[in-house]
Amino acid sequence: MARKMHGSSTETRTTLNRPGFRINRSAWLNLLMIVPAVLLVLGLFIYPLAYGLRLSLDPQTGGGILANYEHFFTDERERATIWNTVRLALPATLINLLVAIPLAYRMRRVVRGRRLITGLFVIPMTLGTVLIAQGMLSFFGPAGWFNKTLEFLRITDDPIRLIYNRTGVIISLTIAEFPVVFLILLGFASGIDPNLERAAQMLGASGWQRFRRIILPLMVPGIATAFALSFVMTFAVFPTAVMLGQPAGSTRVIAFAAWQAAYERFDYSAASAIAIIMASIEICVLAVVFGLRSRLYHGPASAGKG
Amino acid sequence: MSTSESGMKERQSGTSLSRWFSPSGWLMYAFILFFATLIGGIFFSVLVSSFASSWFGGWLPDGYTTKWYSFAVEEFSLWRVLRVTLIVALTVVALSLLIGVPAAYVLARREFRGKGLVLLLLLLPIMVPPITYGIPLASMLYEYDIAGRTLGVIIANLVPAFPFVIIVMIPFIEQIDPNLERSAQMLGASPLQVYRRVLLPLAIPGILAAGLLTMVRTMAMFELTLLTAGATSQTLVVSLYYAAFSAGIRPAQSINAMAVVYMVTATTLLLLALRFINPVQIVTRARE
Repeated sequence: MARKMHGSSTETRTTLNRPGFRINRSAWLNLLMIVPAVLLVLGLFIYPLAYGLRLSLDPQTGGGILANYEHFFTDERERATIWNTVRLALPATLINLLVAIPLAYRMRRVVRGRRLITGLFVIPMTLGTVLIAQGMLSFFGPAGWFNKTLEFLRITDDPIRLIYNRTGVIISLTIAEFPVVFLILLGFASGIDPNLERAAQMLGASGWQRFRRIILPLMVPGIATAFALSFVMTFAVFPTAVMLGQPAGSTRVIAFAAWQAAYERFDYSAASAIAIIMASIEICVLAVVFGLRSRLYHGPASAGKG
Repeated sequence: MSTSESGMKERQSGTSLSRWFSPSGWLMYAFILFFATLIGGIFFSVLVSSFASSWFGGWLPDGYTTKWYSFAVEEFSLWRVLRVTLIVALTVVALSLLIGVPAAYVLARREFRGKGLVLLLLLLPIMVPPITYGIPLASMLYEYDIAGRTLGVIIANLVPAFPFVIIVMIPFIEQIDPNLERSAQMLGASPLQVYRRVLLPLAIPGILAAGLLTMVRTMAMFELTLLTAGATSQTLVVSLYYAAFSAGIRPAQSINAMAVVYMVTATTLLLLALRFINPVQIVTRARE
């Protein structure tokens, strides 16, 4: 079914480009629409990044042009920051996806208080990681309401340690990134034509089959987008790891290493090198995810009737 | 997965009973309740603490006061900070939509040489962590004497904001039926008319959602603001960050008071926006 629809959408595209002056006018208009974005990204992103790369290849502390990179990968403590960050970002992202996929699927239909629920889920995003971390320090602390409630309900005798360790950072990242994942998936789930599912139902597909064979494949581009964006953001965040984790130990994330190089050792060259390494890892992950995504169907799932 | 069945029944019988008794519904509401409790707990912990004269280990503080708010207004120049925050957020949203929405349309609908490269280029600023490009960007802006004031903060915040608008808008536009544009064109509409009269109204929910998300992201973005802000161009988040990291000097309650001001500002803006729009309202839903 997906293949057929893809065919019809390319057909539409070619019909849109009709012969005559309209092609030129439309092409000029399109050029005008996209050029500002491209120029802005070149001037404010690519150029500064190249500047940073050059800075990282000119070590402040001496040595060859690759001295900063050599130091990062030979120093046990620096190298470990990559794994430390992955161990925070990956669980948080996967938890969010596992919760958000069924929830978005369920909520794409009319649900009582849908607007209120959406608002509730979006609130953490307005709070920001710094604020969530600060609130969590008191709420999840040993004398905070969370542990008080657990003890009151006799679930635990001693307070559970939920701050100043990896768990605390994962919880905060999960709360902070959930809205992004959820809204992206809800957008994709709501865009799927309900007729596709009804047709499958009439043809005898069970509830699980409809979800597995119709909805899930159509949601895969959304899932990939949500995973990529969420992973990027959790990989970049460092105030949370500092405030809620063990910045000297298990949650010494790569961004914190870069921050320490710049603001504690004032070695901007080394800081740039770490930042470039961080960027390379991000780009690798995203290249894989979006590369796979572009191979999938991503036409209009709503135009079932054609 | 009895959701669609219950949905069908609901349409037929007109009652909401089946929804309340389906297991997926119970699970959903249980999760929502759990999430609400967490958010509420975090929110109220900060709120109660900001009004506490002192709070040691009990369920509630030992006494209440509002002095931390007047303290925050004076100590952190709250009014100026709030004004700067609003100016920065609104300007960044407006510019991002202006640049991002047209670009998203072209990328969603048209095929052209180098499209993959353009897409990659526009995706990069949100793929790369702000700290990566923030340090060189800030030094570049300082070199041209732009950083250290509100303009510099706006420019730096624009870098991840407009590509984010593009990323959010592409799927929205992809989901608009291309036949509508074709029909308008066949009925004699010029390309500009197609954009203004057909696409824009259909994309409005997406544009508002993108704008909303960009707004809250900009308000919460502290890395880039931290790197480019001068003494008089701090936003609320940066101001709070400085307060939190000078915790030894100032009482914790005054920091929590700042946090409450920030939370209330951001949440009010968001809930206000949500009252008028649904962030995921898409054309298909109207058809259902």
